[in-house]
Amino acid sequence: MSRVLLLQGNEACAEGALYAGCTFFAGYPITPSTEVAEYLAKKLPQIGGAFLQMEDEIAAMAAVIGGSLAGRKALTATSGPGFSLKQENLGFAMLTEIPCVVVNVMRGGPSTGVPTGPGQSDIMQCRWGTHGDHPVICLTPAYVQEIFTETVRAFNLSEKYRTPVILAFDEIVGHMRERIEIPEPGALQVTGRPKPQCPPEEYLPYDDRKGDVPPMANFFEGYRFHVTGLNHGPDGFPVNASPRIHTDEQRLLRKVESNRAEIVRYEEHRLEDAEVAVFAYGVCGRSAKTAVETARAEGIRAGLFRPLTIWPFPEAQVASLSARVKKIVVPELSLGQIVHEVERCAKGRCPVEGIFRVDGDPITPAQIVDRIKEGR
Amino acid sequence: MAFDYGRYIRPGKLPHIWCPGCSYGMVFKALLRAVDSQKIDRNDIALVSGIGCASRLPGYVDFNTLHTTHGRALAFATGIKMAKPDKHVMVVSGDGDATAIGGNHFIHACRRNIDITLLVFNNFIYGMTGGQYSPTTQTDRFATTMPYGNVDSPFNIPELAKGAGASFVARGTAYHAAALDKLIIEAMRHKGFSVLEIINACPTTFGRRNKFRSPTDMLLWMKDTFVPEEAFRKLPPEKTEGKLPMGILYRREDAKEYCETYYSLVERLRKQT
Repeated sequence: MSRVLLLQGNEACAEGALYAGCTFFAGYPITPSTEVAEYLAKKLPQIGGAFLQMEDEIAAMAAVIGGSLAGRKALTATSGPGFSLKQENLGFAMLTEIPCVVVNVMRGGPSTGVPTGPGQSDIMQCRWGTHGDHPVICLTPAYVQEIFTETVRAFNLSEKYRTPVILAFDEIVGHMRERIEIPEPGALQVTGRPKPQCPPEEYLPYDDRKGDVPPMANFFEGYRFHVTGLNHGPDGFPVNASPRIHTDEQRLLRKVESNRAEIVRYEEHRLEDAEVAVFAYGVCGRSAKTAVETARAEGIRAGLFRPLTIWPFPEAQVASLSARVKKIVVPELSLGQIVHEVERCAKGRCPVEGIFRVDGDPITPAQIVDRIKEGR
Repeated sequence: MAFDYGRYIRPGKLPHIWCPGCSYGMVFKALLRAVDSQKIDRNDIALVSGIGCASRLPGYVDFNTLHTTHGRALAFATGIKMAKPDKHVMVVSGDGDATAIGGNHFIHACRRNIDITLLVFNNFIYGMTGGQYSPTTQTDRFATTMPYGNVDSPFNIPELAKGAGASFVARGTAYHAAALDKLIIEAMRHKGFSVLEIINACPTTFGRRNKFRSPTDMLLWMKDTFVPEEAFRKLPPEKTEGKLPMGILYRREDAKEYCETYYSLVERLRKQT
């Protein structure tokens, strides 16, 4: 039987993690993400899971990687400044291909910024926060129900592709209470990591001969192997100045890029005959949906493109959209970040106009309607 | 029969990166002898490290091994131990790794009293980056970033560990290798967080700037400076000048181990439901 609950977005995220089989959480308290930790602090011990409140965000990210390497599905949750601290070990998990899910409940910034207000100005940090080259999978749910399902999906993608997955939603949806339905176990697909089939003595943790995602053994399963944050060969040991480094980093990118069809998810609303499109994610996507309805009621053919996967960016979809509409409006809670990605993909085929706000309040549907009408 | 180190070394991973005259090889051998004597299945051991010369050690040994980011080894190890509390988790770390960038993780692992064995390879210097001073470099010693003599005060690692709540604190040296085997064994057997500081020689970046003419001089300095704890306590105050105790310096068996406490809570909750 499914369960119907009235939950906060942050709590729905914790429920999604449990549904996906997460039995390990390590974190450090930070507003507005704390309810994810608090919910799991209560639930995890009840099911034999591990909950750790670490000394800082850096340690929490490290513990999550350690827990995952020892075989658990692992989660951490944070916000703005904490997410900055996590970048060091997030990069480690990227290079070493250790699955884990990192929740960033976005607030305003830079620095301590607006701890209790929403923001979307970490969206580029989600993509480019660490040093070095690597792909990123980042999901951006906008509704409490969607936070639940996207958290399950985040774990699935993370395990399947052996990579950290970031779940980025803003303070408003994190703290908003909505009715959600938690499906019965088994109703949603839950995926585990690809396991090696070979005998331990033949196991290579980064063997790419049979595909871009090498099977992953856990520690203590008889497959003794080495993991290092140095660039490494198929056996996991450091390599220097080798063509292997170049090909391996390309492989990391490829394992996400070549699976865009599965990873990139979005909602299209009334775009079939739209003249004006709104590109919006998270809480802005909610305002935009109302704005589109209002504009339609006034006879304006408006539509919404709402990405649930912001990284990899839905490039082909936005390119095709830009060829069909007269302009794209991009409301975002920053002074202009994701708008540049939309412009990049539109390649001048239509004008792209941003609506930016960073004062801790959301962008209203009326603001978006005004911009849809402008210049018509 | 001579001890067969080859059984534990990963094929093809030697020679190691350590410089001629470095004492890490001696400590590495002591570690292998100690682990061997405990008859633990190597599949059940995870050896974790951060960044620095000592942190390359796990690459050479055939356990589950993890070479992490600078200073963070204990945080990674804490995750592993919490995920699999019945396995042995050991950490090797340098003085900079453990007490500078990793200082916060160090004191909190002590406070938490999680059952991890930490070996701090203290050579008083940042070796891999070429000889910058560390939090354990003695005052007035020379380093590339203290070219006029160190003006900082050093940490005393055992005192720091004890103050932060570690339940097993010991000190050994590379020179006193036989005694070191026993200390590593005691540290491994202890249920709780064990800190073992191991005094080491870095002739390349520390010794040659600090009037140690050869690697042997550094070992002889260890011989003269470190006194077994029991003998140290009996020395009159005027004779302790320039000396430091070694051996098991502090041990508390009654302290609650972290994973045990956590999972007994789990058991209690499960019985209630």
